[in-house]
Amino acid sequence: MAFYRAHVLVCKGTGCTASGSPSVYEALKKELERRGLDQEVALVETGCHGMCEMGPIVVIYPEGSLYCRVTVDDVPEIVEEHLYKGRLVQRLLYTTPDTKFKVPHYRDIPFYSKQLRIALRNCGYINPDNIDEYIARDGYEALAKALTTMKPEEVITEVRTSGLRGRGGGGFPTGTKWEFCRKAQGDKKYVICNADEGDPGAFMDRSLLEGDPHAVIEGMMLGAYAIGADEGYIYCRAEYPLAIKRLRGAIAQAGEYGLIGDNIMGSDFSFHLHIKEGAGAFVCGEETALMASIQGERGMPYPRPPFPANKGLWGKPTNINNVETWANVPNIIRNGGAWYASIGTEKSKGTKVFALTGKVNNTGLVEVPMGTTLRDIVFDMGGGILNNRKFKAVQIGGPSGGCLAEQHLDLPVDYESLTAAGAIMGSGGLVVIDEDTCMVDVSKFFLEFTQRESCGKCVPCREGTKQMLLILDKISSGKGRMEDLKILEDLALMVKEMSLCGLGQTAPNPVLTTLRYFREEYEAHIRDKKCPAMVCKALISYVIDPEKCRKCGLCAKNCPVNCIAGDRNTPYVIDQEKCIKCGTCLEVCPFQAVSKV
Amino acid sequence: MKVTSLEDLRKIKESAKDLTSARSRGATRVIIGMGTCGIAAGAREVMTAILEELDKRGLKDVAVETTGCIGMCQKEPLVDIIRPGEPRTTYGEVSPADAVRIIAEHLVNGHIVEDKVIGQTD
Ligand SMILES: Cc1cc2nc3c(=O)[nH]c(=O)nc-3n(C[C@H](O)[C@H](O)[C@H](O)COP(=O)(O)O)c2cc1C
Ligand code: SF4
Ligand code: SF4
Ligand code: FES
Repeated sequence: MAFYRAHVLVCKGTGCTASGSPSVYEALKKELERRGLDQEVALVETGCHGMCEMGPIVVIYPEGSLYCRVTVDDVPEIVEEHLYKGRLVQRLLYTTPDTKFKVPHYRDIPFYSKQLRIALRNCGYINPDNIDEYIARDGYEALAKALTTMKPEEVITEVRTSGLRGRGGGGFPTGTKWEFCRKAQGDKKYVICNADEGDPGAFMDRSLLEGDPHAVIEGMMLGAYAIGADEGYIYCRAEYPLAIKRLRGAIAQAGEYGLIGDNIMGSDFSFHLHIKEGAGAFVCGEETALMASIQGERGMPYPRPPFPANKGLWGKPTNINNVETWANVPNIIRNGGAWYASIGTEKSKGTKVFALTGKVNNTGLVEVPMGTTLRDIVFDMGGGILNNRKFKAVQIGGPSGGCLAEQHLDLPVDYESLTAAGAIMGSGGLVVIDEDTCMVDVSKFFLEFTQRESCGKCVPCREGTKQMLLILDKISSGKGRMEDLKILEDLALMVKEMSLCGLGQTAPNPVLTTLRYFREEYEAHIRDKKCPAMVCKALISYVIDPEKCRKCGLCAKNCPVNCIAGDRNTPYVIDQEKCIKCGTCLEVCPFQAVSKV
Repeated sequence: MKVTSLEDLRKIKESAKDLTSARSRGATRVIIGMGTCGIAAGAREVMTAILEELDKRGLKDVAVETTGCIGMCQKEPLVDIIRPGEPRTTYGEVSPADAVRIIAEHLVNGHIVEDKVIGQTD
């Protein structure tokens, strides 16, 4: 084998594949061959780096230079300049949004330099289709360590010491959960990986499965060994074809090495792993509904107890954890629980991956130590608010989460502080909201989602969310009354109290937190019939300032409902009765004569 | 192949190491000047000789980098060696045979090849 002096890593995650990385890969391959560099420069496919917005991403080592939005046309220059002559291709480097600095090294990009990557440590760094690369990065060492030197109870103790808590939303201590299942009576036990990831906008689990499938598999095997299970299921939504493909490949490769199968590494421990594709209903992410779905039944939650640890899949003791929870486990066993517990806050240990989206400059996946402030996440890693607008809120925790305001920016993010503020960690969705976003509209968006996804089994969730939505609709169309706020709040609390599963119990959170922190915005809709962010269509109108109008007629030409009249001599006027508030006139007017009021 | 013990796993890891080792900037680095002047003076042949030598010796944790012109064109080809805890050593007018010597004597054994050194910096 030749000495590869340089490695060119082409991201083949879902995001970069969509923006064209496969053709960049092919072009690089051809160009390296043409220049006779294919024996000294290795070309490698990787999973997601979490910076999909800037994709296709190409990283070149040993320098560690990250190139953004690489196209086929850039390939000859990259090969000639960087790989042949050792000069960075400046124009493709990541540029910081504020100082316009072109960052030569991957690790110095603010988006990455503040991160602490434990669960994501291999994502974007190794080829997920090659088990050897995982092994080169200490892969399966934790399993070997556990099987050869640790009793199952010791594995559990280590996980308890680490303080790891469930990353799927609830935040339940993982070691304790394993212990329940270990102690449960039963000749047959299961482990399950929850990869349903139903939160709109979330993609951390997908990226992990695509970028480092073996970490999740190894984590599951450690859990299975600890609780005494010999069979596992990964429940993954069918909308994640690449994750499923990578998982299948990884399971096959691990099987060839005998790392999955009977008597692994000469021990008594055997393990078999299956993939179950889910139809992608949000409620199927709930653990009892998920197990029903694996059993081929309709994905509906059933009341607990009995808890899955005692009576789970096919009635057998079952331990279910989230993708990210599992991916942390090999690191904990390899480096020790105390090491993991040294990261984070008093009650929330380790790191959490967030999917940063919305009105920030850098969107993508960030993994940070628990206790990092929202300000660090939004302004340092996220690079601040898009178009220099003003920060208004973050919606954290997905549809079950809540909206936090400016006063929470210095809040250290952990399970306790988020819950105290009315939001939840959830699975890690983090949507940044700026001043141009209406909070009534935001809570409507999330409630519409949960209302649609409610399985309908219990009345408070099914009917309560519908009533809440009707009230929100009334408010945003300017027909709300002050009393409605009280009714809305009462309904929300009732749904929270009375619903059977987490979906209903958390669905009111976006409404409750916006009522708590942005009440004046609701009141403005009701009292003044105004939407302060100028979003709710019923409460805004478009008007033309006759002083500024130069009578060019562009707005009238572009108006889809022909509701603008005027001519060379008379300024144009919008017929408010007919106007559908599409905003086209405002966009096309070359003289800023149109405004929203 | 089946992994039946920790040793088996370690063996795979050892042989897989070079799959990813080039991705962590090793403490030991070889930097070759590949500006237009360097290439004209034969830097490409020097690079090939270095890669072959590293391969022959099975050296994995060495980062081989290229760099543009540094303004010492009359001394090209230029090769820099950086070893942990040592100043950066620059060699000038390096031929492929010199390069092999530099790898053997300096990179591996830590003895500077005096007749080719043109400078040292921290
Ligand atoms: C409506 C609803 C949806 C859920 N969706 C997910 C999901 O997509 N992924 C996930 O890991 N957990 C989800 N959960 C949480 C699971 O029920 C369960 O608590 C979790 O998988 C346990 O793993 P953990 O302890 O590692 O977090 C959901 C819960 C509810 C109530
Ligand atoms: S709370 Fe909602 S989603 Fe959950 S069981 Fe009841 S109706 Fe179904
Ligand atoms: S586009 Fe602007 S300037 Fe032209 S007619 Fe319309 S409002 Fe007047
Ligand atoms: S898919 Fe390439 S960075 Fe996410």
